[in-house]
Amino acid sequence: MDTFFTHTVDKLPAASGRKKPLHHWFTTVDHKDIGIMYLLTALFFFIIGGSAALLMRVQLAVANNQLLHPDVYNQLFTMHGTTMIFFVMMPALLGITVYVTPLMIGANEMAYPRLNAFALWITLFGGLLLYFSIAAGGAPNAGWFNYAPLNQQQYSTSRGIDYYAMGLLLAGIGSVSTGINTIVTVLTMRVKGMSLKRVPLFVWMALVNSFLIVGALPALNAALSMLLLDRLINAHFFNTAAGGSALLWEHLFWMFGHPEVYILILPAFGVYSEVFQVFSGKRIFGYAFVAGSTVAIALLSFGVWVHHMFATGLGNTVNSFFAASSMLIGIPTGVKIFNWLGTMYGGHLRFTVPMLFAVAFLIEFTIGGLSGIAFSIVPIDWQLTDSYFVVAHLHYVFIGGSLFGMFAALFYWFPKMSGRMLDERLGRWFFWLFVIGFNLTFFIQHFLGLMGMPRRVYTYPDIPYYTLLNFLASAGAFLMALAVMLLLYNLYRSIRKGPPAPADPWDAFTLEWYTASPPPEKNFDRLPPVNSRRPLWDLKHPENPDKD
Amino acid sequence: MHKLMMKLAIGSEAVFFISLLLGYLHFWNSGDFDQVARQQLDIRTAIPFTLVLLSSSITFLVAEKHHRKGVSGKALFWLLCTACLGLVFLSGQGYEYFRLIRKEQVTVSSSVFGSAFFALTGFHGLHVLTGIIALLYLSWLSTLENGKRSAAAAIGAIGIYWHFVDVVWIAVFSTVYLLPYIL
Repeated sequence: MDTFFTHTVDKLPAASGRKKPLHHWFTTVDHKDIGIMYLLTALFFFIIGGSAALLMRVQLAVANNQLLHPDVYNQLFTMHGTTMIFFVMMPALLGITVYVTPLMIGANEMAYPRLNAFALWITLFGGLLLYFSIAAGGAPNAGWFNYAPLNQQQYSTSRGIDYYAMGLLLAGIGSVSTGINTIVTVLTMRVKGMSLKRVPLFVWMALVNSFLIVGALPALNAALSMLLLDRLINAHFFNTAAGGSALLWEHLFWMFGHPEVYILILPAFGVYSEVFQVFSGKRIFGYAFVAGSTVAIALLSFGVWVHHMFATGLGNTVNSFFAASSMLIGIPTGVKIFNWLGTMYGGHLRFTVPMLFAVAFLIEFTIGGLSGIAFSIVPIDWQLTDSYFVVAHLHYVFIGGSLFGMFAALFYWFPKMSGRMLDERLGRWFFWLFVIGFNLTFFIQHFLGLMGMPRRVYTYPDIPYYTLLNFLASAGAFLMALAVMLLLYNLYRSIRKGPPAPADPWDAFTLEWYTASPPPEKNFDRLPPVNSRRPLWDLKHPENPDKD
Repeated sequence: MHKLMMKLAIGSEAVFFISLLLGYLHFWNSGDFDQVARQQLDIRTAIPFTLVLLSSSITFLVAEKHHRKGVSGKALFWLLCTACLGLVFLSGQGYEYFRLIRKEQVTVSSSVFGSAFFALTGFHGLHVLTGIIALLYLSWLSTLENGKRSAAAAIGAIGIYWHFVDVVWIAVFSTVYLLPYIL
């Protein structure tokens, strides 16, 4: 134990004080810098996408509101969804992945550092290209899933959807590159002793997730290529007036789109698996089940896409098949909830901010999961599709699942990335404000949906309860905005004068906490022997090492 | 490592082409799609060019064999042969495009068949072109004094890619040219 701490302490403050020159950030291929830039990209677009959401909630706060033009409202919800999914969640999870994965497996770099940098920049430029549409005559306005034939030239006359297609195509190429890079890194660059049965669960999730990215994104890229051919050189893939097919777009989009929602959640599952272990002071309960159920999710996720299309009239046979597969995919997810509960059970719990988000996730994600199972029942789907119930459901899984995971990751790894501790008290304020605001906004929308309020309407008549519930939902959105401002302040303050972070501030188990905070350019000079899933536990407790 | 990377890359490319193929087949029953495919495509020209592309896989294997033995002169010759066969295939595709557009008035915007046909074969052609560029780059590398090690590392990965492009063409050729005669 003593040797461990002396080793890390004498390395500690050197790296944190030095500031990198500006040009370094444009030329770097260091996976840690790339990871941080991914996260900054995500934060940048998070602020923009969140502002779009606030504008929508202002418009919807009262009945018959004429503040925003319907055209503007269409652009706002399209940009909000597209931004949050492709340019906030994707860069955030890829950023965490490329930052943490090499450190966790004891590697000094990704397998392809320059490919890594290429993927970051092409994703960033994809996002900027999407937003350039505003200067080019109008943002895309056909929703984030951009259904045909609404996405055709004759219905959407501005250039917005061209930029949507090109921006997403670029980002998609970037994501596939990073997926391939991560797989090769995990499979070929693990430190001696770390078999695939011993890699941290975050790395397992990143690995499975990368296979999902490599397998799912190309379907979207193909659909986007066809869409661009339609719009730019007058092909007829999705142009129903000339024999094209609107259903083809839906099939291709959701063949990508449903794996995509698992792509957004799996890295978060990985984060939670680490956080629950460390802050319960215990090993994961059922390592093999967490890893195995993830593989099951990944395989099943390619066979559920039609549950987004129950209302298109594909017939009872098709609907029943996909209803069954959609219910099936709830099982491996449910398994994990019990793994995490079992990990907490009897543990020495420490409710730090990452742990708070992880515990909140268990509750919020279960709510989102249950409303999801409800949607797999075809008649319920017919009743509720395109209503605010869908909006509530998807935000419970995206925010309560994916975004909470990214927040937990941020608070967990910020000390490692910056060499500074985040303020826990501000962090707890942020947590409570955000969670209360989130539930206020979206729990209410379940009821609005059940009452029949359709999504994507720019205003509504003054029906009993509509105004009250919508007003409360808008108030919740502003609570979340306030919370995010607190987070930004916390980040700003901690980077400038937060207390320096030791190498291992959380008494954690995995290799990234062995090197200094922040790690030197070459991550590791030497590594402890890896004889189990928790090398750092073995190092700190030589009297009681893990057996696996 | 590079071979693993290339296998993953072609895995993702395979999904891309499967999506395009599904798009093509999705329109099979719409209108006179299959009749157009049978009447306006020229299978008699397509078959020899298909054989040219398939034989390029064999020439690549020969190049790889010589490369492994360290006979760099012969390896270079067969690599350039492979690239040439790729170019011959592309010229065949160019001829087919020219004939369709000029004589048959089949274009990307003339019908759903045109859109699906040109997208599918066009994206495959782009992949052949990418492969030719990779082959020429590889040939150039192998002539450099300090490029030999890079060439040795790259040749396996480029081989996987080149064979993949062939396999995709078998799928495309079967779907586009043969299927109208079977169904």
